[in-house]
Amino acid sequence: MANRVRAAYRRRAPGEPRALGYLYIAPALVVFVAMVIVPLGQSVWYSLFSWDGLSVATWVGVGNYTALVSDPTLRGPFLHALVLLIFYSLLPILLGLLLAAAMSRVRVRGLTFFRTVLFLPQVLAMVVVAVTWRWIYAPGGLLNEALRLVGLDGLTHSWLGDFTLALPAIGVAGTWVGFGLCMVLFLAGVQTIPRERYEAARLDGAGPLQEFRAVTLPALRPQIAVAATLTIVAGLRNFDLIYLTTAGGPGNSTAVPAYEVYHRAFEIGQVGSAAAVGIGLTVLIFLLTVVVSRLVEGTQ
Amino acid sequence: MSTTSPRSSRRPFTPRALAAVAVCGALALAGCSAPGSGNTTQPKTKSASKISTDPSKAGKVTLSVWDQEVRGGQNAEITQLNKEFQAKYPNVTIKRTSKSFSDLKTTLKLALSGNNPPDVVEANQGYPDMVTFVKAGMLLPLDSYAKAYGWTKRYPATLLALNRVSSDASHFGEGKLYGLSQMGEYVGVYYNKTKLKKLGLTPPTSWSQFTADLAKIKAKGELPIQFGNLDKWPAIHTFGVIQAATAGKQEVRNLVFGTGSAKWTSAPTVQAAKTLQSWTTKGYFPSGVNGIGYDDANKQFAQGKGVFDITGTWEAATLKGPMGSSLGLMPTPPTSKGLATTGGESLAFSVTSKSKNPDVAAAYINFITNAHAADVMLKTGNLPAVPGKAASSLSSSSIEGQMVAGWQKISAADGLVPYLDYSTPTFYDTITAALQNLIGGKATPQQFTQTLQDDYSKFHQG
Repeated sequence: MANRVRAAYRRRAPGEPRALGYLYIAPALVVFVAMVIVPLGQSVWYSLFSWDGLSVATWVGVGNYTALVSDPTLRGPFLHALVLLIFYSLLPILLGLLLAAAMSRVRVRGLTFFRTVLFLPQVLAMVVVAVTWRWIYAPGGLLNEALRLVGLDGLTHSWLGDFTLALPAIGVAGTWVGFGLCMVLFLAGVQTIPRERYEAARLDGAGPLQEFRAVTLPALRPQIAVAATLTIVAGLRNFDLIYLTTAGGPGNSTAVPAYEVYHRAFEIGQVGSAAAVGIGLTVLIFLLTVVVSRLVEGTQ
Repeated sequence: MSTTSPRSSRRPFTPRALAAVAVCGALALAGCSAPGSGNTTQPKTKSASKISTDPSKAGKVTLSVWDQEVRGGQNAEITQLNKEFQAKYPNVTIKRTSKSFSDLKTTLKLALSGNNPPDVVEANQGYPDMVTFVKAGMLLPLDSYAKAYGWTKRYPATLLALNRVSSDASHFGEGKLYGLSQMGEYVGVYYNKTKLKKLGLTPPTSWSQFTADLAKIKAKGELPIQFGNLDKWPAIHTFGVIQAATAGKQEVRNLVFGTGSAKWTSAPTVQAAKTLQSWTTKGYFPSGVNGIGYDDANKQFAQGKGVFDITGTWEAATLKGPMGSSLGLMPTPPTSKGLATTGGESLAFSVTSKSKNPDVAAAYINFITNAHAADVMLKTGNLPAVPGKAASSLSSSSIEGQMVAGWQKISAADGLVPYLDYSTPTFYDTITAALQNLIGGKATPQQFTQTLQDDYSKFHQG
């Protein structure tokens, strides 16, 4: 009898019974469900209503979602967010790669110092960053003064008040914040590349560019995937920089989804619409991160 | 091979299935009824004769109050009045929670929907706040208290109107009274006395003199009006002042409160838009107005850049610091139609419908808005909605004296016009974006007024 039980037990793969595993993850799962999944479900539910946050809501079905496409004041923010990704994600990665490649190749005296300085924007509070860039971009601010100093008066602008320039101007501030993180990630990655590969490349007569393309870039693939995922998520969620610099203006030319969520939920009492924007944003982030992991990481 | 095949056929809980189950469960937990409950029945009120106006007979009471009077003079004023109230009625303990305006705005809704809301809250006037609270039955109508305490005699009708909401909670400006405000505020014209004198000008006494001065100042190479609209809302005040001058107070009131057949596309409002745009193109404002922060612009004015600065009385203390006696303030110069300027009052102190001691709460509101309270407010550097005796002792050349004198002039002329963003629930968004477009030259005055009218008709028809 006992033998049969033991035999039956032995026939199973190690770690069985499998159901026991769920007991181990239960504490974390309970917290995760209570803190993430339930609020997510609630948001989905709210997004199907027109609700002021207090009195009884009225059912609108997918109305809030069709508005994401049909209403220009909602479609605009999503387009702006995608434009900002160039500045929040693409440029920091390119800059980070450039700096990492340069720093790993050339022996710079006081490397730690430069690394720290370049990483500094990442640790500054966003309020400080926003206020600083507001001053830099002001009509009488640092940027315009610098332009006037070198005789480029024609290029001066009211940067954050200009309908076409405000969005890229905020983007540049975002690049400034983000490239330090990418650089540090890539520097760490470069250090794990065996020296022999570089030696081999050099013996084969590779120049700095070829060396970067053939050795550094392929080896940094996982770091690039991480950097892309982090910066894309941070970029799409970005709220504080917009809130503190332009509040979506001039007109609605710098409105982004994360700002719309706050604005609609807390300022103008359109909780259903805010939830729909939030869910739309979640879906967008999810899709983009999937694309990144397929393209860059090469995993299925 | 044989070891892997049974495993793959038997996977009851793939991560994907698990996620699906979790989402379904979450939806079930979220409850499948419409969100929001509110009080389906509006709160009951007692008649004036049944109200106890003496809190000392209420027994031991703890009154929970949420206000947003966190800044210097405001905090001093409310702290002193709370102390005095508790000294007068030792059986009452005030539990004060003060938060900044934006913190109060984001947390008040949640607090009100709970089972134990504060007794007294400061509610912001307008659709997203006070009207929403009233619609959900969260606030107590105070009309019988107004009768018992004589508030309608204490306050001018225009100020009470801002705290009134219609009985179907569809609009505000008339209907039942839901609160009292302590302080008044208005948008006026600050001027730099030293600069005016140097330019050989005197403070303008009429709107036409004011606009003529702007041209003169510009011709002499000075900046006529300091202004920054990066924060989007300041232009509401600038435009409001111009519109009040061109359209007159009655037209603007009709527009904002949706009475009569007034239209945003009517000639006087288009004219106001033209004026605002021409001030930009003529260089009466600094260049790149949409890119200058509000605080930065005021700082520039305080440092002597700009002869005039059109903004609210809330900036008086800040500007006085660096400018001292060279700072002057007047209500918007009157036109032939009379004195009219944008303004309003501070947030309304309201009683929640779930409060267990509404009589004590109302007595508290009465106490912090009476004539003595007005003197306390004035002494702490605030502008009381109804100035008391202490107002006459202020020097007429001091900025405080000018501020109070201007307020009394406006009250006497019944010249207050409401903030334009009160017009519809979405009007703040519409008008701030539209004004930046107008100032930036992205929209013509006609397009600008049409944008406003579209938002307005959507709300008043639907």
